[in-house]
Amino acid sequence: MSHPVDIPPPLQPRALGAPIGISVQQAHVAWGDNVLFDRLNLDLAAGRWTCLLGPSGVGKSMLLRLILGLEGTPGEPDSVTCSDGFPLAGRAAFMAQRDCLFPWLSVVENVCLGHRLRSRRPLSATDEDRAMTLLDAVGLADQADAMPNTLSGGMRQRTALARTLMEDRPVVLMDEPFSALDAITRIKLQDLAARLLAGRTVLLVTHDPLEALRLGHHVHVMKGRPATLGPALQPAGPPPRPVADPAILEMQGDLLNQLTEAAL
Amino acid sequence: MTVLRPLLITVGLLALWHIIVAISGVPPYILPGPVSVIAAWIGRPGLFIEHGAITAAEILMGLSFGFILGVTSALIMAYFRPAQAWLLPVLVISQALPVFALAPILVLWFGYGMGSKVIMAALIIYFPVTATFFDGLRRTETGWLDMARTMNGSRWAILRHVRIPAALPALGSGLRVATAVAPIGAVVGEWVGSSGGLGYLMLHANARMQIDVMFAALFTLAVLAISLYTATDFAVRRLVAWQPETNPSNI
Repeated sequence: MSHPVDIPPPLQPRALGAPIGISVQQAHVAWGDNVLFDRLNLDLAAGRWTCLLGPSGVGKSMLLRLILGLEGTPGEPDSVTCSDGFPLAGRAAFMAQRDCLFPWLSVVENVCLGHRLRSRRPLSATDEDRAMTLLDAVGLADQADAMPNTLSGGMRQRTALARTLMEDRPVVLMDEPFSALDAITRIKLQDLAARLLAGRTVLLVTHDPLEALRLGHHVHVMKGRPATLGPALQPAGPPPRPVADPAILEMQGDLLNQLTEAAL
Repeated sequence: MTVLRPLLITVGLLALWHIIVAISGVPPYILPGPVSVIAAWIGRPGLFIEHGAITAAEILMGLSFGFILGVTSALIMAYFRPAQAWLLPVLVISQALPVFALAPILVLWFGYGMGSKVIMAALIIYFPVTATFFDGLRRTETGWLDMARTMNGSRWAILRHVRIPAALPALGSGLRVATAVAPIGAVVGEWVGSSGGLGYLMLHANARMQIDVMFAALFTLAVLAISLYTATDFAVRRLVAWQPETNPSNI
């Protein structure tokens, strides 16, 4: 991908004030007697990437969905608070493992899906320009009118990334967004996401220790049942960190050991 | 080949028909040959076109009413949970009661005209349309719904932009079944009591031992039903062109 390294102006967050920090306090999720986690605390530092690693089924996705407001027991006190005191609802964008593109909409229409869902008015020229700029940034400007079923997995996920950015939310929650891609495409998309989402508060749930260490300012391991969070690892240097950085590779080894133990 | 194949099938079937009649020596008042049936059609095309138009109008009106009723019922059932408990039994009853049994009553109530036939056709397609669309509305991918919810889509916007488009392939299948069975409703209605339409023409010709006319009417009905199905199938394919088709014989 031949993109300029510096961020073009239209990609700068428009409506973002100071980045929002998020605090999850005493989170509790259970299905009957099966307690996924209980009294779990997690802080997402404002304007930083927090990565969540852990074995399958430990409740990482559930925690992310809880923060998003897609899960949660009605009547229970809200365990998610924002640093500015306002609720998070409507201020977080979501990117899932599957691209969730609508097959009946073209690429650019998918990117502008949020507008379609919120407004009856046609897209403004400014927003249309923004959508095209974002498609250009993810290298899909020439596919704007293509239908999703004609795209490769990597292109589809890049469309999903453009759609996430189009929402222009200060908080972005991603649930294994790159796990279905091949290794090379994944690294390219990690670089792209790190560049385009810089300055936002990001939670990335992933299975891949290298991904977490390349992108995260804070990396947590979640394990056990009820699940607990380990102390945050803080890899040095600005993300995206190089794949071959010896410090990163050493930490990856430690994390892999931890995760293998947790999975047993 | 795709244009030629239906033609070949038609010619082949006609030839087979001709051969069977010629070899077996069935009398023409039991099974007339294709030549005499075609001759009967060509002799009085106005008769078949006139009665065909009546039946076609009944089928199309029945399809429209049944479709609108079915789509509305499915939307109500999907969006008002209490309605589900009330409408679902009605839906099952509408399918469990055979139209053949209801036909005399409907003709008694709605008369010998088109009304009773339209209602019969609508009744017969109500179930496939409602059931398939309702299923489609309930099976929206959760990923799409989560996405729409995080984008602050209202209930109405999610219905309009997510659930309904996602349910269109299912509704398309229902509509295909509906177009295939709608002629049954119209023709059964005409048999029970009417003064026009291909069903009426068939009974009328049968009583007068004009078996060639009866077969020509049947042939007209077949052409009508097949054209209707082909047109619907084409429209449905265009409407849900985004739905990938996988051919099991290619795997």
